[in-house]
Amino acid sequence: MLSYAARRMVYAIPIIIGVALVCFMLVHITPGDPLVAVLPADASQELAQQLRVAYGFDKPLPVQFGLWLWRAVNGDLGSSIATGRPVLAEVLRAVSNTVTLAIAAAIIGFSLGLFFGLIAGYFRDSWIDKVATSIAIAGVSLPHYWLGMVLVIIFSVELNWLPAVGAGPSGSGAWSWDWAHLRFLILPAITTSVIPMGIITRTVRALTGDILSQDFVEALRAKGLRETQVFRHVLKNAAPTALAVMGLQLGYMLGGSILIETVFSWPGSGLLLNSAIFQRDLPLLQGTILVLAMFFVILNLVVDIAQAAIDPRIKRGS
Amino acid sequence: MSVSSNAMNDAALQAAPMSNARGYWATVGRRIVRDKVSMVCVAILLLILLSALLAPYLHLADPYQGSMIRRLRHIGTPNYPLGTDELGRDMLARLIYGGRLSLLIGISPVILAFGLGTMLGLVAGYVGGWVNTAIMRTIDVFYAFPSVLLAIAISGALGAGITNSIVSLTIVFVPQITRVAESVTTGVRNRDFVEAARASGASAFTIMRAHMLGNVLGPIFVYATGLISVSMILAAGLSFLGLGTKPPEPEWGLMLNTLRTAIYVNPWVAALPGAMIFAVSICFNLLSDGLRSAMDIRS
Repeated sequence: MLSYAARRMVYAIPIIIGVALVCFMLVHITPGDPLVAVLPADASQELAQQLRVAYGFDKPLPVQFGLWLWRAVNGDLGSSIATGRPVLAEVLRAVSNTVTLAIAAAIIGFSLGLFFGLIAGYFRDSWIDKVATSIAIAGVSLPHYWLGMVLVIIFSVELNWLPAVGAGPSGSGAWSWDWAHLRFLILPAITTSVIPMGIITRTVRALTGDILSQDFVEALRAKGLRETQVFRHVLKNAAPTALAVMGLQLGYMLGGSILIETVFSWPGSGLLLNSAIFQRDLPLLQGTILVLAMFFVILNLVVDIAQAAIDPRIKRGS
Repeated sequence: MSVSSNAMNDAALQAAPMSNARGYWATVGRRIVRDKVSMVCVAILLLILLSALLAPYLHLADPYQGSMIRRLRHIGTPNYPLGTDELGRDMLARLIYGGRLSLLIGISPVILAFGLGTMLGLVAGYVGGWVNTAIMRTIDVFYAFPSVLLAIAISGALGAGITNSIVSLTIVFVPQITRVAESVTTGVRNRDFVEAARASGASAFTIMRAHMLGNVLGPIFVYATGLISVSMILAAGLSFLGLGTKPPEPEWGLMLNTLRTAIYVNPWVAALPGAMIFAVSICFNLLSDGLRSAMDIRS
């Protein structure tokens, strides 16, 4: 087990460096001199040269990448051009709001997905299966940002039950788990949960169907186990794959929150990314994407190792 | 990981050998035509596609011509069956014209990625060795990003525009298709007919083009059709964020964005462009599912 975990971690190192390289190159594929973004409009030639040296833009690209990576490893992602504050602090503060949203969405999406997937797989080809698979396919086909708008139209505009935008009564401020704040979380969380719900329903349905058609289920029934006990065996067999899919979905929710956060003005990493793009705040853009991508890589790693820990077949297989 | 194992298990991979190829595809064709859900989806998609292509001949209102005195009319207003938008432009005309750009930026990344990914996967899978390692490890890096984040990162860095949207979405989908193509190719490369071709002196290029391509294309194609729905949603999403096309161009994602301010005045007109994206996306998803089960000849 430990050797498997160690091997997986070593394998992740080139990926991490590759991901960092892609993030580094983002600034260099932008049209024009990256320096333009950090320069005041009326900057003199000397100031431009000073900044070029200060940012290291005068050095060859591989050297720049090395320096940038070294600073990033030490937690220095530069400063936001718009606010002047350190990028890492800005990103981490925003990410905590995105994590809140992702956790709420995961609770809704994962439980619904597991429920629909299990009953659809168990009662395959019945009307229950048809209803569950229709919900699932609608879930994965919905433009979620549009669903967010429709929910706002129904619950904020027409019914006036829930707030349309923001993450708290005072406009900003810290998140807390009370009703005054939770009201703001409901619509974005439902919106975020729809895609994972659909994907987990489809995965679990296929898994359950596969497991039920295996011989050992026949054997369990033949030796007289009650259906609830058979069901426990099915769950145990489906768990590793289902957990892996859920882990990945959590990562997608953390990294892909920009559209929903834009619809609901939810002050998370997605909204931060949005403002970084439109203010051409390149250090902030680069830093946010790096942090989110690293989250995703690490989450993938944890999921792989956890999957191996609970499923002995994987260790033997590799 | 799950993607490649799916492709490996896909019954479509056990397709009949080349000599029966026509028989196999004819069977698949017959099965898909008999599937009611798939045919309804084909009909809806054709309707949207044809009306978008033939829009200038449909006697619609001018999709660019606004009027300050008839802004945000409701659905069902005489002469404006689907109402008007925030600048008084006819919604029906804009939704139909909007299909042109929306379908273009939604579908072309998948087509481009299908070509590029199949090529990369075929080479990686057939040549193997360090070529495989180089291609697949590079692919892994792009795979390590959530797709929405990668699409937005690249088009955010490149700047707004139709070409940039298509480029960034293509970069998102190439790794996914390459993985499937590589795993399917690896499954085929040691089959007897490839061995025979190699023994008879065919070059690597000839083997890939003449003997392997036909056998790997099916499963990759099915996988790619499943990506169109994601691509439509992401492409419109980029426009929705302001990273795609620019006003006053009619495009569903951009229309959704500009109408967002109107939800307190005329909410259901504002929601219409999203319904178009949803319709196209769900039809492609159902069609892809239908195609997958039609190609699963064993059942």
